[in-house]
Amino acid sequence: MESSVPPTERARFAVAGARANVAAALGSQPRADVTRNNLFAGLLFVSILIALAGLVALLAQAFIDGAPALSTKLITEPPSTIDTANAGFRPALIGSVVMIAFVIGMIVPLGVGAAIYLEEYADSTRWWNRVIELNIQNLAAVPSIIYGILGLGLIVRGPLDLGFILFAGAMTLALLVLPIVIIAAREAIRAVPPSIREGSLALGATQWQTIRRQVLPAAIPGVATGVILAVSRALGETAPLLLVGATVFVTADPMPFDGNYSALPVQIFQYATRPQADFQTLAAAGIILMLVVLIAMNSVAIWLRNRYEQKW
Amino acid sequence: MTREEETTRKSTQDGSATHPSLTIETPHHDLAPRSDEKVFELKDLSVHYGDNPAVKNINLDIFHKNITALIGPSGCGKSTLIRCLNRMNDLVPSARVEGELLYHGEDLYGPKVDPVQVRKMIGMVFQKPNPFPKSIYDNIAFGPRILGMKGDMDEIVENALRRGAIWDEVKDRLEDNAFGMSGGQQQRLCIARCIAVEPDVILMDEPCSALDPISTGKIEDLMMELKENYSIVIVTHNMQQAARVSDRTAFLIVELTADEQDRWGEIVEYDETEKIFTNPTDRRTEDYVTGKVG
Repeated sequence: MESSVPPTERARFAVAGARANVAAALGSQPRADVTRNNLFAGLLFVSILIALAGLVALLAQAFIDGAPALSTKLITEPPSTIDTANAGFRPALIGSVVMIAFVIGMIVPLGVGAAIYLEEYADSTRWWNRVIELNIQNLAAVPSIIYGILGLGLIVRGPLDLGFILFAGAMTLALLVLPIVIIAAREAIRAVPPSIREGSLALGATQWQTIRRQVLPAAIPGVATGVILAVSRALGETAPLLLVGATVFVTADPMPFDGNYSALPVQIFQYATRPQADFQTLAAAGIILMLVVLIAMNSVAIWLRNRYEQKW
Repeated sequence: MTREEETTRKSTQDGSATHPSLTIETPHHDLAPRSDEKVFELKDLSVHYGDNPAVKNINLDIFHKNITALIGPSGCGKSTLIRCLNRMNDLVPSARVEGELLYHGEDLYGPKVDPVQVRKMIGMVFQKPNPFPKSIYDNIAFGPRILGMKGDMDEIVENALRRGAIWDEVKDRLEDNAFGMSGGQQQRLCIARCIAVEPDVILMDEPCSALDPISTGKIEDLMMELKENYSIVIVTHNMQQAARVSDRTAFLIVELTADEQDRWGEIVEYDETEKIFTNPTDRRTEDYVTGKVG
């Protein structure tokens, strides 16, 4: 650059003129556009603030109200109607955990199996397969109380006649969240590119070998995420459990196939409906307990997704 | 088409035309292994997708330990045709194959033929490299494992990678994910993966169209080596590639019905590559290989 001939006066003018033109063109956004832009961005920001405010209010309320009752007794002690200082959630917590274990045991094979059928085997040009697909979407939107009625009529009484036991509650919850798992698993399976299936089939693998060895391993992170989200939903459900016998007040540790049982949200509901202030505090502490469990589960889901998700 | 045009066309199709200037040089194929053994015999083969024809009236003999190239413009059904040869078209529910397709004299679409068995013997390499999301080692070992092949797996993997001309580049990182390789390496890995199950034929559907010229060169060299042991069928858009590597070339074009409602591919000419590129019989072949059309 140093060796080049210095620009003449004319060239300098020309360059300056061109720059001025470019600067004018770049800076010529009308005032009204700028205002509208900022207004719109502001509105969007307000909407997210409102959503967040609700969450923050809920958390703050729970922590302020529940803080006095926060102690390990929440986990170790059974509920009590007399001794509020030593009352806890032990049977409800155990009930929830055992129920969730059963739910996972049921929804993983059923959900993944249904998803594999719909994605890999079902001929989507057939009307019945389209009806199945549509109805799974619909099932995911059915209110949970309806599943409670179904569980009562079909599992607790009716054909299965299991009685008001924990396992019946688990089956009801599994039915409730099964569509969520199916939808998530289908998406995970669909995200595996067809070229992987072709590559496998072209080597002489059968369709089952291809699904088992290539498609499913690649879909596991998505399936796992879906399962955890479904389980989070199941953990928080109260309405269907009330119908299938999650008894409002249980002091003994539950058995899976025998006797009364309770669950965390049901126990919280039970405490919250009592007029005394001490029980209100206990209910708030129970909400914190449940939030901790839920946040932990969702964190695992997010971690799984980020850690193992395959970039194609 | 007017009468004059029709007569000119006929006169150029009868093979008397001379072709003074052809830009593409073909290698000498005198040393190439000549084989009269037919691997595939296609007789009046047509493929339809639903009601739409894809290819029609295909008559083609593909020879043992030859490289056979399928060339032609887009939409002429080259890929459809090659996918018939290992029954990959079975995966498209609406696909229908008519006519006869013999593999070593056996009807490939016969009632007792299992497409899975067919694909064990007739391997395929795809347009876009499609390694499995696994380690390099597991990519190769997948085929032998599912087929229950006997022998030391490390040895099978090393052999396949050597024959795929990629061993030296990957021998120190066999446990790395195959997605970390370059596109050209991935494609050679896919070829090695195909070789690992010891097929009889390797089908290649535009194997180099996603690769740079250097990777393409490596894969072409590899193909020349592989044809010592395998019969290879390659679909390519690159005429120089067909001229460089293949022993025989089939040229396909798109045919239209009068109302242009239906279009399908047909073979115009099939001959030794040298003949196709230096002295084609059909005017349309000449126009295509010299770059006048297509």
